[in-house]
Amino acid sequence: MSGMACPPQCPDASVGFVHSALAARSLVSASLLSLSASRKLTCLSCVLLLVQWKNWWIRGILTLTMISLFFLIIYMGSFMLMLLVLGIQVKCFHEIITIGYRVYHSYDLPWFRTLSWYFLLCVNYFFYGETVADYFATFVQREEQLQFLIRYHRFISFALYLAGFCMFVLSLVKKHYRLQFYMFAWTHVTLLITVTQSHLVIQNLFEGMIWFLVPISSVICNDITAYLFGFFFGRTPLIKLSPKKTWEGFIGGFFSTVVFGFIAAYVLSKYQYFVCPVEYRSDVNSFVTECEPADLFQLHSYVLPSFLKAVLRRETVSLYPFQIHSIALSTFASLIGPFGGFFASGFKRAFKIKDFANTIPGHGGIMDRFDCQYLMATFVHVYITSFIRGPNPSKVLQQLLVLQPDQQLNIYRTLKTHLIEKGILQPALKV
Amino acid sequence: MVKKGVENQELESEAKADETASDSESRADLCAPPAPVDDTPEVLNRALSNLSSRWKNWWVRGILTLAMIAFFFIIIYLGPMVLMMIVMCVQIKCFHEIITIGYNVYHSYDLPWFRTLSWYFLLCVNYFFYGETVTDYFFTLVQREEPLRILSKYHRFISFTLYLTGFCMFVLSLVKKHYRLQFYMFGWTHVTLLIVVTQSHLVIHNLFEGMIWFIVPISCVICNDIMAYMFGFFFGRTPLIKLSPKKTWEGFIGGFFATVVFGLLLSYVMSGYRCFVCPVEYNNDTNSFTVDCEPSDLFRLQEYNIPGVIQSVVGWKTVRMYPFQIHSIALSTFASLIGPFGGFFASGFKRAFKIKDFANTIPGHGGIMDRFDCQYLMATFVNVYIASFIRGPNPSKLIQQFLTLRPDQQLHIFNTLKSHLMDKGILTAATEDE
Repeated sequence: MSGMACPPQCPDASVGFVHSALAARSLVSASLLSLSASRKLTCLSCVLLLVQWKNWWIRGILTLTMISLFFLIIYMGSFMLMLLVLGIQVKCFHEIITIGYRVYHSYDLPWFRTLSWYFLLCVNYFFYGETVADYFATFVQREEQLQFLIRYHRFISFALYLAGFCMFVLSLVKKHYRLQFYMFAWTHVTLLITVTQSHLVIQNLFEGMIWFLVPISSVICNDITAYLFGFFFGRTPLIKLSPKKTWEGFIGGFFSTVVFGFIAAYVLSKYQYFVCPVEYRSDVNSFVTECEPADLFQLHSYVLPSFLKAVLRRETVSLYPFQIHSIALSTFASLIGPFGGFFASGFKRAFKIKDFANTIPGHGGIMDRFDCQYLMATFVHVYITSFIRGPNPSKVLQQLLVLQPDQQLNIYRTLKTHLIEKGILQPALKV
Repeated sequence: MVKKGVENQELESEAKADETASDSESRADLCAPPAPVDDTPEVLNRALSNLSSRWKNWWVRGILTLAMIAFFFIIIYLGPMVLMMIVMCVQIKCFHEIITIGYNVYHSYDLPWFRTLSWYFLLCVNYFFYGETVTDYFFTLVQREEPLRILSKYHRFISFTLYLTGFCMFVLSLVKKHYRLQFYMFGWTHVTLLIVVTQSHLVIHNLFEGMIWFIVPISCVICNDIMAYMFGFFFGRTPLIKLSPKKTWEGFIGGFFATVVFGLLLSYVMSGYRCFVCPVEYNNDTNSFTVDCEPSDLFRLQEYNIPGVIQSVVGWKTVRMYPFQIHSIALSTFASLIGPFGGFFASGFKRAFKIKDFANTIPGHGGIMDRFDCQYLMATFVNVYIASFIRGPNPSKLIQQFLTLRPDQQLHIFNTLKSHLMDKGILTAATEDE
């Protein structure tokens, strides 16, 4: 039975399939013993093809399941999305830490599992505290204890982190110094990658669900279309790290993703539900997405450049400005996003693992699905702060109200002069 | 030798399961730690040739300590700009020391591209942080010059692009046999950047608050180092922690009290001078840094009632102190109680990687990192302390942020502020017309 030798360290799920395939094959082979050699060969190759297609089908079904789950969560609202992001972050952290334990055979290090989870909790507390203070300002102003927590938030987070640091130093055991330092560094790099990214995702989400959906969909679309283009047309290998990737897949994926992003942006920009910043209303005690859509999400007429005029036979076209931005987002997703995938591939080769974990049958772990998303969230966040919006107005107001009265008066006068200069405020008539 | 045998066995079992990468690690473990290099300058050697080696060592350390302290005073005298540059140089040297240790541990000095990439990442992260600092503190200067204004407006985007370029270069430089080593060095570089660069920028933020916020914490840590050593030398008996067998409880506690007293005295002396107490500002007209202001409430003498128990001892009813001295007690306490954990961390690190010192830059003391290991957490603590307890948000930064908002948002904030001020009675209809 040499045809389908199992590659080393097969994930358990596909081992199951391979085993069932092997079982099926042995059954078939037993009945084929009587047949001639050539007919044996044909039957064996038929079974091989069947198993390959079966694998393909499993991947396909799981992909559709994940996409439907995605749609379901979107329907259920921003709060569920936040919880989902948190859940994914914790799972990714767990997967990478487990790999670290295996690499260093350090599962039994004293205290270390506790410390890793403790650091995860600290960093999450810090980031969530900052988010809550920004976006839930009205809610926070009401509660006294929350006020205290918010005012001294940085100090409390730092104290919590320090406690973990001191525990680490006190837990250093003579024979295991190096291992402990390795695991300490491993934990911190993992936190840097997973936790900061997930919080940037949540900040993007608060800008408007479209800033969450379009980037993630572009990356997923690029994954799928690059795979399909590579499957049907792939010939020139792209990079030694991932031998299955091809230039045809890369370029085909790029164009399809730009088109997909363009269309998705057009479809989503119509609905207030996706386009409005997420706000917390204290009266309703829930998240609402209701607003006057910004300029970015209102149809504008654009004059087509001449060569497109000839092709499309139209003078102007109605587009949302956001669609132009979506081209930038899709381009990043197709050109730079794959580097996140290559990074993860290199990581898996470096540590001789096939997949990050076996959570999703046919796909590997959660990390495997999200490796291309690494850089996307940071890019979208940087893009928004640089090109779309300025600082958050409610945060500026919040900080203004904390200042000393004389500072407030000074600022008031400066602002008044500025606004009058710009003509935004009419100078008051003297009574 | 028995210890080495046991360690060898452990390493052999580890090496069997892993690849060439950890083979190189086990080779590093089997090598004996390098013998301490005697690089004391010739001058000192000749001067101390008569003394026995133990006293000679003590004298070398002593002289170098005084030299470093004198150097510190000179730099303070030269002003904030020079201080900033010194902080930057110390940061680069620390980074270089830690990265060199990484190369030695992993025998990865010849990895393709890696030295370039490490320095490139250092440059990127520094560019990002310095850009943020410059935008905050040099706002008016930046707004005037066109290229600076564009750089500052798109600062985050530019920094991110630079970092991404480094990331992509790293991915493209992955070589088949060296994957694991390359990932290790990548992780090592990032953790080093996290420790060294962020701390140094927090130090510079503290400096801009007022030089006293830079000098008092650093002096407290140095004082704690020296005092704990002295107390330990004369009275030390009970060992403190297995990691550093030379530290003792007597040294720890004696150092704590000595540092608190030193902090109180130093803050009293320094709070009197404007050049230490005022925030550092960039003056557009003179194109230089100035430290001139009305000292804030924190730095004005106030009367405090002494609690009854101390009244009988000292014989005074009240005492005149600067409020800053109360804060200095908090700073000194942190320096004495938690600062040493930074030192233990560094000791553990040195033991883990079997090195005696980070480098041999300073004779008798080791590398720059050895001197600054206790300062790790101090800078972050002072920064967090200032942000939480001392000052609120920076008014000029707020105006800056305000100016980037949309007009309708600006109007909304202006009106809210106006109604708030009127409610509080700070603003009245009369003053409105000014």
